[in-house]
Order: sequence, then structure tokens, then C-alpha cells
Amino acid sequence: MIRVVLPHHLRTLARVSGDVELEISGPVTVRSILDALEARYPMLCGTIRDHVTLQRRPMLRFFACAQDFSLDSPDAPLPDAVASGKEPFYIIGAIAGG
Amino acid sequence: MSKVRVLVGTRKGAFILTSDGKRDKWDVSGPHFAGWEIYHMKGSPADPNRIFASQTSGWFGQIIQRSDDGGKTWLQPGTPPGEPTTTPDGMPKGESNKFVYDTSAETGAPLTTHQFYDGTQHPWEFKRVWHLEPSLSDPNFVYAGVEDAALFCTKDGGKSWQELSGLRGHGTGPQWTPGAGGLGLHTILLDPGNPKRIYIAISAAGCFRTDDAGKTWKPINRGLRSQYIPDPTAEIGHCVHRIALHRSRPNVLFMQKHWDVMRSDDAGDNWREVSGNLPTDFGFPIDVHAHEPETIYVVPITSDSFHFPPDGKLRVYRSRTGGNEWEPLTKGLPQSNCYVNVLRDAICVDSLDKCGVYFGTTGGQVYCSPDAGDNWAPIVRDLPSVLSVEVQTLP
Repeated sequence: MIRVVLPHHLRTLARVSGDVELEISGPVTVRSILDALEARYPMLCGTIRDHVTLQRRPMLRFFACAQDFSLDSPDAPLPDAVASGKEPFYIIGAIAGG
Repeated sequence: MSKVRVLVGTRKGAFILTSDGKRDKWDVSGPHFAGWEIYHMKGSPADPNRIFASQTSGWFGQIIQRSDDGGKTWLQPGTPPGEPTTTPDGMPKGESNKFVYDTSAETGAPLTTHQFYDGTQHPWEFKRVWHLEPSLSDPNFVYAGVEDAALFCTKDGGKSWQELSGLRGHGTGPQWTPGAGGLGLHTILLDPGNPKRIYIAISAAGCFRTDDAGKTWKPINRGLRSQYIPDPTAEIGHCVHRIALHRSRPNVLFMQKHWDVMRSDDAGDNWREVSGNLPTDFGFPIDVHAHEPETIYVVPITSDSFHFPPDGKLRVYRSRTGGNEWEPLTKGLPQSNCYVNVLRDAICVDSLDKCGVYFGTTGGQVYCSPDAGDNWAPIVRDLPSVLSVEVQTLP
């Protein structure tokens, strides 16, 4: 079971209150996590990556196990700790304000 | 007794203000979609309890929301709770926020770039929906004006959107250049007597009209003069801020341009200036009285460098002669130390017997005049910066 931590506004859109748990068969990658997330919560389509190009939206980043996977290939395997559910996969919004 | 419902979009959420026909006591609900920019909300004339909202964010992109109960509850069309989340062929739903430019070989090939700030050609990139204009007769049909400038429509209540690509494809599209606020299609006017006629306005391309329901378009900017572009009387390139019409005379258009207040009596084919005695003819919004087609309202702003009212006095100007002769409306509005702006979609009128006029400011105030502008009072004072104000007159 994969655990995904969404930023506040995406939790509101998806109508979930905490971490999201996803079943993924096959390799656990950024792409397979986002595919599973959008299949289960279609209202999140387009909010994390572009509908057509599937490029990550510029002000979001992907973290897990204290590493930044935002610029890696979306098909690169994520750490075993993410695949096993021991560590969550974080989708983080850039900090901005003043 | 009739009542009014005011739909307010702000930088940090949506608010709904309701009152009876006296318009002196108000209920305020919100923030809806707290933390998100709400560029525009508008109700369907065919089903007033159906309201559409453009919810947008620099982080998460575009969301379309719809309410079918007058704003009490909201859903993203196509993904209501409890419905299957995939289509029969297994693909996820969630098309309601998908605005994809037409790149088909037949119509899209020549539409791939527009002129950028530096004069180079730049790919069209969807950023947000600026304006939603529901059909006058079909509650499932809505037009959307977007940035980078294009016109989309939905025929299924917002579940899916398709571009009317004849606008970008009519020929001048590659010459369109964004203004400082972006290349936004911000105004959509539907002709009440002719469903095939639509007017739109784009910053900084100008006005365009279709007479065949969006298949073909033509620029309608003759008579506009803009000193800041290489050819001041060019066919396109004018920074039109807003246009308005009265439903009884849809061939008469009024315009607040970057500078200049303009009027057309022939459906936009020719324009003439009617700025007259305004203290400054720079501004953003313009609207027409609900029952007097020659009575129009603007909010003069100091200049393109100073987006606040002249002399720190917030004054709405009214012309009862279709322009040229203007009177300041000040009673109830701050007349010192006021440095807010009123954006292009942030003024509107109701259709009660004494026409109500409403506007919102970048300082978070929403003002109402229940007597066509003679007297004003704030409905709310401390909202986030107001982006848009629409009003519905309800039985």
C-alpha cells in the first residue's frame, strides 16, 4: 500500500482528510503513483501535472525518504520504503507569501 | 418580494451576498473555495440556481465549480461524489478542468503561436479562465474566456470544454500580444435577440464579433486610437478593458479602453470617443443601467501608472446621455485617502425597479447603490481583493 501526502488544497478537492493510500501493481514510480491517484480521484487531473503533456506543474515538487524526485524521470523506481508503505510519497506546494 | 444574490470572486475565495429588494440588510456566506483565486462566478439566466465558478491557482491550475442550489453546495462537474470515477473504457474522468487548444490539422496548425512581449512568436499556453458566460437559454451551455486568449464552450454543464477555434484562426491571432496582465479573453457579450451573434474582447488584441455562433470572427476596432502601439489605428492590438451593452439595443456597445471611453452604434463596426468631461478616461469596468439604455457607469482611474482613483476620491461616473456628459457619484463613497482599484469584471447592475449598481474594489469592499448610483453603502468592507462581482435578480 502506497501512502501519498497531498497539500491542503488538493485534499480539499479530493475530499479526503488525511494521507491517501493507493494499491499499485507493478513498479512504483512517480508516474504510476500519479496514474493511480488520478484514477481514484479524477478531480485531481490537471492539478499536479498537465492534462496533455503530463509535465509536473512548476510550483509542485515530489519528495520521499528525504530526497527530491521532482527532476528525475517519472519512470525511475522509487525507494523500497515508498513501495512498501513505510515512507510516504509527498506532493509539496512551493512556499510563497509575505 | 424580489431579492438579489451578489456573487463576489476574490483573490482568496468566493463570497455570496444576499438581500431582499430593499438591499439594505445583507447575509454574507463564504469564503467558498478558501485560499483560491476566484476569477469569476456567474449564474445561468435559464436556471438561476445554477452558478458556475472559475477557481484558479498558480500552484494547482484551473478548476471549474458548479452549484445547482444557488451556491449552497458545489461540485466539479463530472465528478460528483458517489459517481464512478472512470469512464466505461477505464480512463479517469476529471475533464471539467481540461482546456486544451485546438491543434487539429484542419484548424489548429496555424494557431500554434502568438506574438510575445519581445516580439517573438510564443506557443499558446493555457493559464486560467477569466470569464464564464452562461447561455441565455440553455443551462448546460456556457462560454469561457481564457488566458492565453481563446474562447471555449461546454454543452454538458461544464463536464467538458471545447475551443471555438475560429476566433484564434480568423487570421490575426499570430499578431495578438499580451498586455501587462496577460493575453486574456475577458469579456463575452451575448446578443439577446440573435443567438448567433457574440462579441468578445481581449487584452491586448481588441474586440471581435461573430455572426455565425462562433465559426467565423472579424475584428471590430475601427475608430479606436491607441498611442502606445506602433500604428495607433491598427486593426488589432488595442487594449480593450471592457465592453457592455443593454439587452434592448444589442447593436449599441460601450467600451472602457485602456485610455478612452468609446461607443459604437453599429455593432462595433465603428467606434467614437465619448470620454467627454471625465476627470481621466483611464479605467477598467463599464456597465449599462438595467432600464435606461443611455445611462452608463465607469470608474475613472488616475492612469496606467497609477491604478487608483484621482485625488484619493472614489467616484463612480454616470452618463445619462450615452457618454460625453458625465456626473460624479460620491454619496457614501470615500472622498479622501482612497487608493483602491476597481477591476474590469467587478461592476454590475441588478434589474429591480430602481436599478441597483454594485462594484468591488481591490481593497476588499463591495459597494451597493439601490438607487442607480445616487447613494452608496458598503455591503462588506474587508474581503480579500475583489476580482469580480455579478448580481442575480431573483423572484
